[in-house]
Amino acid sequence: MTHKDTPAFTRRNLLSMIGNTAGGAAMYQAMTSLGFAAESNFSGPPKLAGAKKGSSVLILGAGLAGMVAALELRNAGYKVTILEYNQRAGGRCWSIRGGDTFTELGGSVQHCRFAKGEYFNAGPWRIPYHHHAVLHYCRQLGVALEPFVQVNYNAFVHSSTSYGGKPQRYRHVQADFQGHVAELLGKATRQGSLDSVVTPEDKERLLEGLRRWGALDAEFRYREGIATSARRGYEIDPGGGLMPRAKPSKPIELSELLQSRLWRAIAAGQAYEFQSTMFQPVGGMDMIAKAFARQVGNLIRYQARVTRIEQNERGVTVTFADEAHGGALQQEKADWCLCTIPLSILSQIDIQVGAEMQAAINAVPYGSSIKVGLQFKRRFWEEDEHIYGGITYTDLPIALISYPSRGYGASGAAVVLGAYVFEGPNSFEFGAMAPQERIRHAVEYGSQIHPQYAHEFDTGVSVAWYRVPGNQGCYGRWTDALRDQHYKALCQVDGRIALAGEHVSYIPAWQEGAILSSLDAIQRLHARATI
Amino acid sequence: MTMNARNVRYCLASAIAVLAVVAAQNAQAQSSATPTSVQPIFSVGPKFQQATGDAIYQSLCQGCHMPQGEGAKGAGTYPSLAGNKKLEAAGYAVYLVVNGQRGMPPFGEMMSDGQVAEVVNYVRTHFGNNFTDAVTAADVKQVRH
Repeated sequence: MTHKDTPAFTRRNLLSMIGNTAGGAAMYQAMTSLGFAAESNFSGPPKLAGAKKGSSVLILGAGLAGMVAALELRNAGYKVTILEYNQRAGGRCWSIRGGDTFTELGGSVQHCRFAKGEYFNAGPWRIPYHHHAVLHYCRQLGVALEPFVQVNYNAFVHSSTSYGGKPQRYRHVQADFQGHVAELLGKATRQGSLDSVVTPEDKERLLEGLRRWGALDAEFRYREGIATSARRGYEIDPGGGLMPRAKPSKPIELSELLQSRLWRAIAAGQAYEFQSTMFQPVGGMDMIAKAFARQVGNLIRYQARVTRIEQNERGVTVTFADEAHGGALQQEKADWCLCTIPLSILSQIDIQVGAEMQAAINAVPYGSSIKVGLQFKRRFWEEDEHIYGGITYTDLPIALISYPSRGYGASGAAVVLGAYVFEGPNSFEFGAMAPQERIRHAVEYGSQIHPQYAHEFDTGVSVAWYRVPGNQGCYGRWTDALRDQHYKALCQVDGRIALAGEHVSYIPAWQEGAILSSLDAIQRLHARATI
Repeated sequence: MTMNARNVRYCLASAIAVLAVVAAQNAQAQSSATPTSVQPIFSVGPKFQQATGDAIYQSLCQGCHMPQGEGAKGAGTYPSLAGNKKLEAAGYAVYLVVNGQRGMPPFGEMMSDGQVAEVVNYVRTHFGNNFTDAVTAADVKQVRH
């Protein structure tokens, strides 16, 4: 039996309603509009055959976009030079370790005192399984990967205004929210409330599905018992020998759970970009940058601050200040130019491109993000709370705490991501503080979740992306309206110049976007160069 | 009549904002450093909750334009607001805060008209700027459209 007469509310709508209840769909929709949830189109490295002998390409920026272009173009036979503002390669692919010094805009200097082997990823920190281009180059360049734990059922979800501010276990909130929703939906189904949208056959299937999905009993109830404890955990865990018998735990009451709004945090790991399996490079995200630099590092000229980009029918001339030698102006010439300078900086540089591309360069605001890395004297989250990797979400200004997905059970100091604030007033408020203030607040807020902070905190590092001298912002903050108006113009090869970077992609703020945009741009540059 | 109604709404909004500020402070009092004023260090929710020009500047603007409005220089620059002649046109400053420019993001969605006016007036009367023609929330409202 079909339901042609009731097209307005389909089974798909029903499932979508469930998703909406859980808060995931709304978030996913919002992310899609920003471009965050777009998938990668990587289909292998480009085949750039037939480069003209002696042709040259000048690449601006030695981040991942610049270095992947350098690698592929150099291999294709081009003479490649890279100008880089920083004293290191990698751009936002950047890890901070003990002994490193970082001076942010405004002059605050941080000397990182992390223990040997510890690190903090100031920029990207996790790689989705479907970021095929990043994974391809990790494989090709020998970058070892390990699992990044995104969802940890034993980590916390925390609301400063619910349950007396006491953090709750993710598994309790997840299992109980799902169970209660299943029970409610089961009730509505059995009472016939959904008869107009579900066939009698599907009604039975739906009820059976809800029972399994929500760990409901024979009467479709979500109740304290062994079945629900097999999801949310026990009051007393099963043991051995003459140990006490397992005792079920008591689910959180529905109304209280709804009021806590803790359900907001439980859908994050279901987003395409955060699904298992996620990865991280062993030893820090910048292992990717270092691997690229092993291939093309000899092509990089560091401390070169680009001031002017000119072109004519014969080639490209880039003027730069040699910051290693008092800022003396120098010039570099090439046949072609790939510019990966963030638009926050490029919009301030005199560049000879058409009006439409210039308008696009000027149109994109840069996003806000701050991170704080905290080193503790011991892994109390593992030893005391049995949290191994993963993320605790909170409504406090720090937004989250992420525990290291490595070195489980090790003794000695370890580094936690103590705050990661992406957009919103709190990211700006953190960013307006001196680094030591950011760290102090991260420790104070974190101690509301882990009281051990007070005794175990050792040292910290903080990066606010508006204050990173080579970036002035975290990522190109596109909107649908901005994309409609400017994105295509930004992607063109303008004479002898093309742009690349996460800002020239539908995957902003991700390394995959940077690499894909670069591969796409150099294929079109190459096509023009080989006419 | 319309003006009055709008003013009443604005007063109500201000009162609510103050309540929110107090609530935020209570929520965070146990962890924050001893507050020296009624302005929150961190806002709760998607909008800034600082109400005065100096608090908004210190919680937001100085992240890039720096504590004394001196700006900064790296691969690019953040313009200095100190003795900045471009601030002579109050409408220009209002437009920038509401809509952003180049890398600077728009803040119109995160601030009320009154907050935008407060911070613009603050910047235009500090850091060596002495522009006396203060802007009002009504001026900001016009720029939004």
